[in-house]
Amino acid sequence: MGLLNKLDDPYEGGGIVLGKVEELLNWGRSKSDWYLHFGLACCAIEFMAMNASHFDFMRFGTIPRTSPRQADFIMITGTVTFKMADRIKVLYEQMAEPKYVISVGSCSNSGGPYWEHGYHVLKGVDLIIPVDVYIPGCPPRPEAFEEGMIQLQKKISQQAIFNKRKKLGIE
Amino acid sequence: MSPQEIYEKLKKDFGDLVTELVDVPQTDPYIRVQPSAVFDICHSLRDDAGLEFDYLMSLSGTDLGEQLGVVYHLYSMHHRHKIVIKTEVSKENPLVPSVERLWRSADWHEREAWDLLGIRFDGHHNHIRILLPYDWEGHPLRKDYQAPETYHGMKVS
Repeated sequence: MGLLNKLDDPYEGGGIVLGKVEELLNWGRSKSDWYLHFGLACCAIEFMAMNASHFDFMRFGTIPRTSPRQADFIMITGTVTFKMADRIKVLYEQMAEPKYVISVGSCSNSGGPYWEHGYHVLKGVDLIIPVDVYIPGCPPRPEAFEEGMIQLQKKISQQAIFNKRKKLGIE
Repeated sequence: MSPQEIYEKLKKDFGDLVTELVDVPQTDPYIRVQPSAVFDICHSLRDDAGLEFDYLMSLSGTDLGEQLGVVYHLYSMHHRHKIVIKTEVSKENPLVPSVERLWRSADWHEREAWDLLGIRFDGHHNHIRILLPYDWEGHPLRKDYQAPETYHGMKVS
């Protein structure tokens, strides 16, 4: 991150960092993402390996939460059946803004093996909630989870907080 | 007891309600029975001396095209013998007596057979769907099942 590099050459040796408030806020936001884990199938098992000490998901600043009210992003890991789709929608709506979604694995991305047939599987979780990062794989390797998390952090750190409408060119 | 001995004992007690014994190398030997007598036959299979099938390994439903079938895999921990009971019901009135009072393991199996194939079990204490949402229409594992277009506004296929 650019912010920390500025500490190498502090302003007149006084440990002062000059930067934008937006950058500081985004730096903090992207480095402490609490997540709601919605485990549905084998991707959730792979995610357990990701959480264990060898791959250590927490080094990204993530902490698992059991309540959507405390979560910054929701991780959909597995086959989304219609029965669960309703629950996912409710949980997503309960999360506080700003909120993000990571869709993990083929099933959650596009329906996976049920992409064409199957009366019970939603053909991709992006049909009901907006997805920020897709992690491909069946199930994805832990390295793919890492890449997905890095992509989410990148996205958060580049987001506009002030003058949003101006920057987006609305008005 | 061998399947033949079990069949002869049931035939002696229930007569025409026990249809036939099929003992071919491809499958486990099974006894075909009339659906109306399923509870009584299972009751005597569980409690009669010499039979004592104390374990219902599996209860499954099948769609046989014209008819619906229920298959009971029974095992006796006591005597270490096993038998398969099969019965068939019509699609118009698929009603089979529940054996949930004999083996508690039948509870969820019967709910599953109801959920996916629409076989009704008379006397079940909690006869509701187990896998699909409660407001789902139809029974998807039937051969003539047509999936709905949408569910709660979500496109099905």
